[in-house]
Amino acid sequence: MNPNYPVEIKNLSVVYPSPGRGVPAKTAVAELDLEIGQGEIFGLLGPNGAGKTTTMNVLLGFVNATGGEAKLFGRAARDPEARQSLGYLPELTYYYKFLTAEELLRYYARIFKIPKPERESRVNAVLKLVDLDHARKRLIKTYSKGMQQRIGLAQALINDPGLLILDEPTSGLDPVGRMQVREIIKRLKDEGKTVLFSSHELGEVETVCDRVAILHEGRLRVVGAVDALAKEHNCGLEQLFLRVINYQPRLQSA
Amino acid sequence: MNNITIISSIVLKELIRRKDAYVLLIVTALLTILAGSVHFFGDLKMVRYVKELCLLLVWISSVVIAVTLTARQIHVERESRTLFSLLSKPVSRNQVILGKFFGCWIACGFALLAFYGFFVVTAASRGEHWRIPEHFQAFWMHWVMLGIVVAMVLCGSLIFTAPSSNATISFVIILGILMLGRHLAKIALHMGQPAQNITLGVFYALPHLEFYDLRDLIIHDWPLVKWSAVLLATVYGMVYAAAFLGLACLFFRRKPLNA
Repeated sequence: MNPNYPVEIKNLSVVYPSPGRGVPAKTAVAELDLEIGQGEIFGLLGPNGAGKTTTMNVLLGFVNATGGEAKLFGRAARDPEARQSLGYLPELTYYYKFLTAEELLRYYARIFKIPKPERESRVNAVLKLVDLDHARKRLIKTYSKGMQQRIGLAQALINDPGLLILDEPTSGLDPVGRMQVREIIKRLKDEGKTVLFSSHELGEVETVCDRVAILHEGRLRVVGAVDALAKEHNCGLEQLFLRVINYQPRLQSA
Repeated sequence: MNNITIISSIVLKELIRRKDAYVLLIVTALLTILAGSVHFFGDLKMVRYVKELCLLLVWISSVVIAVTLTARQIHVERESRTLFSLLSKPVSRNQVILGKFFGCWIACGFALLAFYGFFVVTAASRGEHWRIPEHFQAFWMHWVMLGIVVAMVLCGSLIFTAPSSNATISFVIILGILMLGRHLAKIALHMGQPAQNITLGVFYALPHLEFYDLRDLIIHDWPLVKWSAVLLATVYGMVYAAAFLGLACLFFRRKPLNA
């Protein structure tokens, strides 16, 4: 495995054991191979249950792989030190409601062992970046959903990560919020950061991503650069996606 | 160690910012002060009885704080999904468990310090001797006992899905140990086989929380317990707490977390 790749997945399989008699074990991910290069914006696509979140969960160390391996910056994803240069924004963002935004960011900054003077400047910088500087002393429980999503993004950026994993970063946001998130992702790309994100918004993925992978039923079906895929299959990302998942329209016109 | 202290500081911060802990602390303090300050015309038996009630109240409150505070830690982190943000940082699951343990145990220590503080001041205000070493022994043993309780409840929070079921089962176990623990060996002698061996096995396997109950020392003005015995009980408590924490770490490491 090449340590220069922020994300390397080789022959990854995740099988969830049977929850009870008569219920079969579920293969969430099967024989997945994926490499994400430095500075790439990589989109992970697939219908619900395709294995996107499970793949991310393995990379984050939340779920153990049943086969194969997943590495971050050349280190096993289970190793906490592999996450030193990782930022993660969960799909649903809830944070300690009894903390203010700046207390939350300081808490995470301390975990990353960021020295105190630098810690304060990082907190100020990310709060400005996500436009929450004005609400830094407010308890998080008073934040709107959009503000909570932005504080989620701020905590993911507190360590100036080399790799950012975003799970549906724009879900539940209004159009302005979505635009702001997209702008932040583009800015991160300009700074040379690697971003891996999952989304159901294919238009968004098309505009933001360098490469995409489409998963279906736990298997990798398509991977490649957005433009190259469009040329190769002679269609847009949405059509390709529907073709890959073998979508059949249920309603026939009369 | 750094991550453990950072995580435990959040537990303390939560306790400081939550109102229910203050309510319990203030109610217990008020009852302690009120009951403890009554002199009953110098009737020593009555004074001792009131002291006993106050200390019983302190014991009940401390166990309630320890169990309820600890039982919700991992569950709330999972429910509110803050656990996923935390574990996506360079933090191991063992550090989360140890951070939660120390946070809860230190929080219980502060509450206990306040309870015993009120008790000593109230007793001293009646003209009694301060008896600091005796009160310190009672406080220390009580705190070590709460260490075992916190570790046990934390371990339970990884087995039982709901904090309410964990808290209820923990209360039953703690009450059972405190009330029956010391009598189990005697009960076993009246049993046939294999019940006798099983009961004796339970007797030796249980953490004997009743060892840490030094209330009589304060109530009846008994002399100090030997410091070597206190040290031995501390080591005994640490071994049990470590065993429960080891189990908790093992369960937590194996638990898949789906974000």
